[in-house]
Amino acid sequence: MISGWRVGLLILGCGTSWLAQAAMTIDITGGEATKIPVAISPFEGAGQQYRVVTDVVAADLLRSGELSLVDISDLNPPLVEPTDARFGVAKQRGAEAVVLGKIVPENDHELDVRFRLMDAVQQTQMAGYSYTANVSQLRTIAHKIADVVYQKLTGVPGIFSTHIAYIMQTGSVYRLQVADSDGQNAQTVLKSTEPLMSPAWSPDGNKMAYVSFEKGHAVVYEQSMATGKRFVLAGFHGSNSAPAWSPDGSKIAMVLTRDGGSQIYVVRADGSGLTRLTSGGAINTEPNWSPDGNTLLFTSDRDGSPQIYSMPSTGGQPTRLTFDSKYNVSPHWSPDGKSFVFVTRNEGQFHIAVMDVASGQVQVLTNGDNDESPSFAPNGKMILYATQMGDNGDLAVVTSDGQTHEQLVNTEGYMEEPVWGR
Amino acid sequence: MRNSLLVLLIAGVLAGCSSEATKPDNSQADAARLAAEKAAAEKAAADKAAAEAAARAQQQQVTAQPINPLNDPNSILAQRSVYFAFDKSNITSEYQPMLQAHAAYLVAHTNAKVQLQGNCDNRGSVEYNLALGQRRADSVKNALHLLNVPDAQMSTISYGKEKPRALGNNEAAWAQNRRTDIVYQSE
Repeated sequence: MISGWRVGLLILGCGTSWLAQAAMTIDITGGEATKIPVAISPFEGAGQQYRVVTDVVAADLLRSGELSLVDISDLNPPLVEPTDARFGVAKQRGAEAVVLGKIVPENDHELDVRFRLMDAVQQTQMAGYSYTANVSQLRTIAHKIADVVYQKLTGVPGIFSTHIAYIMQTGSVYRLQVADSDGQNAQTVLKSTEPLMSPAWSPDGNKMAYVSFEKGHAVVYEQSMATGKRFVLAGFHGSNSAPAWSPDGSKIAMVLTRDGGSQIYVVRADGSGLTRLTSGGAINTEPNWSPDGNTLLFTSDRDGSPQIYSMPSTGGQPTRLTFDSKYNVSPHWSPDGKSFVFVTRNEGQFHIAVMDVASGQVQVLTNGDNDESPSFAPNGKMILYATQMGDNGDLAVVTSDGQTHEQLVNTEGYMEEPVWGR
Repeated sequence: MRNSLLVLLIAGVLAGCSSEATKPDNSQADAARLAAEKAAAEKAAADKAAAEAAARAQQQQVTAQPINPLNDPNSILAQRSVYFAFDKSNITSEYQPMLQAHAAYLVAHTNAKVQLQGNCDNRGSVEYNLALGQRRADSVKNALHLLNVPDAQMSTISYGKEKPRALGNNEAAWAQNRRTDIVYQSE
């Protein structure tokens, strides 16, 4: 809780410039079975001006696919005090929990946001927090509140305060963007007229590795999120690409063509100690570390079509994991190391799928024409990916059970290669 | 090469003149007269254009600019792209004459250098496509190598799916984008 908040503020504070809020429309689909019903009472003092707080909390909770909303907005005045005799109304409408709150101006530019999570049946408090923030931080506060509510009701840490990175192309301009988990508050980390690709967060969220074509070929950079300082991690002859951090942040796996073919190498995060892991004429790319650091998943066409393999992170004999399609790429481990998401081609369409490693069982989670670049949320409950709507590239989120989908439509540019960070 | 281009130019001028001369210009009717006047005007314009073309050709001859076969749109060397099937990097036989011509040119012009630029359509992963584009570039490099082009005259780069020639999500656009371009260094 505390450390997450600190990281959030750090990213807020280090931004070179905050873009105007992206024009996002939200479309959630999913079943209602077995969801925990929650009522969110309008916060006292919010009015229309600060209504964004409860709106964002509601959108976050719905996106999780595990909670549903009970409407008590008709109560006038709204429920604010935990002793209010009208709690029975929320309970009667099926709510198991109620979110109450107040927004009080502290001074000219700061607000005090207080909230309580109440058990609707017992009318007892489950959690209560107070935050001081300026108006531009209200969405961040709302994500914190959603995290508390989600964790208290499901027992799983929330991920709404985390951040995502992605590439956005507008005309011939490429941007490496960082945004809140709902795609809002987008900030440009890097802008280039040459392609940018493959953003990868360090495990602590303080650094980013990515690929830039600014020197005329693919070069891997490592950049500090706090200072914006960066250096060339790999700028060898040929292509340098597909950076992936080890879970302890000490090493980066990547793909180089300098010795012929696309081969996987591991280098220390300071750029020293380059070690080659693969050889042969086949393509080897998209390395991704297991949470224990012992295994790399990667994509290779060594058996004639791109498939997903695992091998020891020190190199060694690969094991093929996917068989069902002639095109399985972009593996990304779940945080518990029990499964991985990937892209599978199915009758000409590219879908996001998840494989349970122990059983080898595959579940296809999406049904777009061209879904790509899946990565798990830090709590393993949701998967972020890129999708196409017509000629537009959008971001989307699907719950790991495939039941709830949400699309983040951005009219500002073509978005791709999203990756979920801290 | 320069002479053959001149011959082509002159042949083109002659063809233009003769086609104008076959138009009817001896009718008595007003409509025919109008047509004749129009034809005469067209002939005058054609004559003028021919004269200008001849003057340009004359100037070209005088200044003796070497015509680079790489810039000749009628040369097989004007073909610069090898196209591939989905997820493939093997070169089909139809590209052999074109690759042989480029190999012959490169062998004859040891100062000439080419960059082989591999590209992919926009389906599938960015990184796999970057690797596939590299292999498409390498595939053309290997073919030229087998045709005796020294490695020092060739470099490769992959743009993956980042620099599509054709936009759109259909097979026509995808087919245009699955290719390796042969780019001469001075271009």
